[in-house]
Amino acid sequence: MEFNAHKPIYLQICDQLYGQILSGDLKADDRLLSVRDLGIELGVNPNTIMRSYETMTAAGIIYNKRGIGYFVAENAKELVLNEMKNEFINNELPQVIKKMKLLGITPEEFLKLAN
Amino acid sequence: MIEIKNLDFGYKYQPVFKNISLNFEKGNIYGLLGENGVGKTTLLKLISGLQKPTAGECLVDEVAPFKRLPETLQKNFFISEDFAIPEGTPINNIRELAPFYPNCNEAQFMELCKEMEVDPTHKFSELSFGQQKKCLIATALALNTDYLLLDEPTNGLDIPSKTLFRQVIAKHANENRTIIISTHQVKDVENLIDPIIILDHDEVLLKATFRAITDKLYFDYGTEKDDTALYSEMIPGGYVNVTRNPEGVDSKVSVEILFNTVMKNKETIKQLFG
Repeated sequence: MEFNAHKPIYLQICDQLYGQILSGDLKADDRLLSVRDLGIELGVNPNTIMRSYETMTAAGIIYNKRGIGYFVAENAKELVLNEMKNEFINNELPQVIKKMKLLGITPEEFLKLAN
Repeated sequence: MIEIKNLDFGYKYQPVFKNISLNFEKGNIYGLLGENGVGKTTLLKLISGLQKPTAGECLVDEVAPFKRLPETLQKNFFISEDFAIPEGTPINNIRELAPFYPNCNEAQFMELCKEMEVDPTHKFSELSFGQQKKCLIATALALNTDYLLLDEPTNGLDIPSKTLFRQVIAKHANENRTIIISTHQVKDVENLIDPIIILDHDEVLLKATFRAITDKLYFDYGTEKDDTALYSEMIPGGYVNVTRNPEGVDSKVSVEILFNTVMKNKETIKQLFG
């Protein structure tokens, strides 16, 4: 996995799993790789993986069965969509708007392109 | 646990540490950083019992390593940057070490060699520097010591071997083990090490987990230079500005940029993390 330069690694690991949830590679009640195994695969400190899993657990996207592991939640897909939508609106869209202003692209022009 | 308390150390004409205190708790992969000559290797030698503190204490599980007691030595393995090449083959080497390390596991060693893609049946002298190093890393991990000290472990490794190195370290790290990686090749181990320790002449400037670092510092990757930042550095496409982070906004730590920030703001950083 190639990490991007500007986003915290633990969030990039979340994104990777979100992608798998959206594509259907990970389905409700599927078990995730253990913290350790994902750490080995990515060559990343287990603390970082733990933080990704904690973040996803707090968002209700995955759940922890004590002693067994982490599993994909029933409504994970919906939650991931919401999560990614919010992220797009809060983080990516402002960049796009900033660039549009810089380049003098009007909302009308944008709408035409978007349609 | 490794406890360093009010430790002084110096070579004949060159003081190195003055009154430093630092603990290493088990279960962590520490990254030990610092400019040339600040004493990173010296610190590893003190922990291994190869050097004796001039004053203060260095304790490994409450015993001074310089006493060189078998029960202390069998818990620790140190790969120095300028390691002496063992005689014979790596497989013979680990057999010779086995009696001194009660948790040594030869089957695990063979497995590690396979993972690292080295053949342990060739003489060390016939292997390239990188292959020698990989054999030593396999040996070190298969000895299953509680303490593993690695001085510039990725030096001389080719690109695929660096990836393998990160994977085997992540695999063999566990709650009972303390791994200390001293390095200048920060990019090689950036996502592997946590916490980070930055040493300076005579003092520890920073010891913090990534989480604590991002709680206190914000790494902004933007197009403009921020003159109020603690540190700014030009990168392709813009600037990285490191500022305080009163709102606790998440960002990605670049360890190289963190290092430069710390070196330029020693007092501020000590206050912020102290």
